[in-house]
Amino acid sequence: MSTPSVSRRNFLRVSMIAGGGMLVGFSTLGNDEKQELDGTPFSPNAYIKISPDGTITMMSPNPEIGQGVKTSLVMLIAEEMNVDWKKIQVEIAPLDAKYGSQTTGGSGAIRSRYTPLRQAGATARVLLIAAAADTWGVAAADCYAENGFVVNKTSGKKIAFGELATKAASMPVPANIPLKDPKEFTIIGTRVKDVDAQAIVTGKPLFGIDTRREGMLFAVVARPPAHGKKLQSFDDSAALKVTGVKKVVQVKSSVAVLATSTWSAIKGRAALKINWEDASKLESTTDHKKVFKELLSKPAATPNRNDGDVDAAMSAATKLLDVYYEVPVLSHAQMEPLNFYADVRDGKAELYGPTQVPQNLVTSVARELNIPVANVTLGLPRQGGGFGRKLRPDNGIEAALISQAAQCPVQVQWTREDDMQNDFYRASGMFRFKAAIKDGNLEAWHQSFVCLSNGRSPDTYPAGALKNLRIESHSLPTNIPTGPWRAPTHNVQAFANECFMDEVATELKKDPVALRLELLKKAKEQPVGRLAYDADKFISVIELVAKISNWGKSSPNTYRGFSTWFSFNSYVAQVVELKMENGKPKITKVYCAVHCGKVVNLSGAENQVQGAVVDGLGHAMFTKLTFKDGAAVQTNFGSYNFVKMRSTPLDVEVAFVPSEENPTGLGEPGLPPIAPALANALFAATGKRFRRMPFVDDIQFA
Amino acid sequence: MPKYNFTVNNKQVSVEADADTPLLWVLRDQLNLVGTKYGCGVAQCGACTIHYNGNPIRSCQFPVAGVGAGKVVTIEGLSEKGDHPVQQAWVEMDVAQCGYCQSGQIMAAVALLKKNPKPTDEEIDSTITNICRCGTNVRIRKAIHMAVSKGGKL
Repeated sequence: MSTPSVSRRNFLRVSMIAGGGMLVGFSTLGNDEKQELDGTPFSPNAYIKISPDGTITMMSPNPEIGQGVKTSLVMLIAEEMNVDWKKIQVEIAPLDAKYGSQTTGGSGAIRSRYTPLRQAGATARVLLIAAAADTWGVAAADCYAENGFVVNKTSGKKIAFGELATKAASMPVPANIPLKDPKEFTIIGTRVKDVDAQAIVTGKPLFGIDTRREGMLFAVVARPPAHGKKLQSFDDSAALKVTGVKKVVQVKSSVAVLATSTWSAIKGRAALKINWEDASKLESTTDHKKVFKELLSKPAATPNRNDGDVDAAMSAATKLLDVYYEVPVLSHAQMEPLNFYADVRDGKAELYGPTQVPQNLVTSVARELNIPVANVTLGLPRQGGGFGRKLRPDNGIEAALISQAAQCPVQVQWTREDDMQNDFYRASGMFRFKAAIKDGNLEAWHQSFVCLSNGRSPDTYPAGALKNLRIESHSLPTNIPTGPWRAPTHNVQAFANECFMDEVATELKKDPVALRLELLKKAKEQPVGRLAYDADKFISVIELVAKISNWGKSSPNTYRGFSTWFSFNSYVAQVVELKMENGKPKITKVYCAVHCGKVVNLSGAENQVQGAVVDGLGHAMFTKLTFKDGAAVQTNFGSYNFVKMRSTPLDVEVAFVPSEENPTGLGEPGLPPIAPALANALFAATGKRFRRMPFVDDIQFA
Repeated sequence: MPKYNFTVNNKQVSVEADADTPLLWVLRDQLNLVGTKYGCGVAQCGACTIHYNGNPIRSCQFPVAGVGAGKVVTIEGLSEKGDHPVQQAWVEMDVAQCGYCQSGQIMAAVALLKKNPKPTDEEIDSTITNICRCGTNVRIRKAIHMAVSKGGKL
């Protein structure tokens, strides 16, 4: 047993449920703690509910968007509680301040909840043991909890948690409840299947898009067809004649058609006659590229980081590298097109739908409707992907406004085209990299970056390893909305930085793995400036991936590329292996080594990394979105090319560096290094550098 | 509005809908069979895959008027107890991440195994053209092989 422990004052909420049973939750708010401890009637605002019939319900506090938290967060509770995993029912918690921040983003759910959720489970266990000890008239130390029972060490007698629940809720809560030593874990670190696996494979209604309520109408919305346009006027007379169409309402610069089925609403929308007018400049991708190049020809006003004397090193160099890298705009394209259910009547709003920012969504809806936050409720379904799209609450706000205008419950459904035209896109960008090489050494590194928005931590690798280094950034203001996309900034920075590092290695005639290890050793032993990373952990993943991939061995017609990146406090190194089939590359295998602290769900963690690899490979190979006069040119999967089975490697091997440290991020860190690993493998195979994504613009894949 | 009578999951159903209504929306909005998913509406992603007379079709591009006397099977009707070998393999392999595309993936996989009871990797890759945005493709391929070993026939 070890620290950290539970502090009663800060965390505990234990209460009796009406009709018996116990409820354990916790909060740092504490304002209604007394009421809870007095035994108020059941409310679901807690993590664990034990009913006298033995049913154990656990609430997963963060939205499930495919990152696996509905399973892994509950594993944390179950581990400390010593409950029978098979008997737990799991629900996604609705929005409630008692759960703290329920935002899903930044690979943060497990990181922020690792200790608090274990404390919730440990509290339940200790109280159940106390209740059993009291029943038997023995000391708590003479009992232990196992697999859903409290066991009497001396007599060997057992009592099920369910039978103890009501009594446990009245037991005094000890001041300090120690948590398990990770060495004692029996659930954390094992392979646990998704708690919804059976419901998913049988098509149960788990998702926002599946919402069906009494009196509900389906709505499809006509939004401005280009960024920079707004609504001028519309005529809905033909739309209202379409079978099934019930109402047409205007909300801001959009027109919503409400009907008895999605198809009727789609047809009704097509029958609207709308005049759109230009409100601001209509931008095109070709214009963006021109401005990017212009900006990169000049120094930024202030560098983000400027170590040593880059200019002097460049002048003294025997060889200079000077290259550009490019990344396109991307849509999130989460598989479940956006949707939201809203019922706004009589100054109250009932909301249900997919979002990564429940708190933000409810606050925004209350503000837009001009009603108190307390009058807004939000339930959270399982979500068909997130990737950052739903960090913006626009889908929920729009549904609430439509319901308010139409005065009926409404399920707003976005089509795929709506989704791609009205995204908060991954910004396109361009890099210029220069390197100074002298006497076989990398003497200076100069990165200049521009994108539709901006951003990067200037302190991340390779900063710290080089005496002369400059990082600069420019930004290009735009009316095209941009936002976080899986591993924001990292997904473009890793590509350009790790490809350029490979170019430097080639120029220095050094092995790419050896060069990284050499640099990180320098960063560790003689750091230059601030370091945002732990060089030892970086080295650990590089060495591990080199080992599992037998880096350095060669086989006929097998070409390999290496890359590594640090994001969300996790370290990932990857090797892509490909073969050439009739002159076309085919990716055969990917090796990944990951340091993410303690792995919670081995199956889920592996799945996240494998998925990030396929996601990252697919976007690097095939995917881009361009604009013409403010409108997305690619508006569906026919033209917005997406990875399919035939381009998926046969295997993605994932190895985790063993660690008992608290978990770090995992939903995103597997993605950034894969695009450069592929580009570097393509160089090995073809002798050509692939400096712009998607690579399919420059090479055909098998 | 025209009326259509056909068989879904071995049950006779009767719906009123415009002739051009995609079967997808009839299933989801009128018959409340929401396991069949909308992903693109243009037969590209495969989230809406169902079986029509035993063949996999993209229901978003299949008008209700075309169903006729044909037999429709959705994910809800694939097996009585949710234990078709392909469903079992999907659970066993812990394939899903978000889970949204998986009913379409499963329907496509079942149809493949019916025609080709022991597909190679290449045959899987050329037949299964569904999109999984989470990138569970590697596990999908493995789950199909696993279903074969479980006797993955309809």
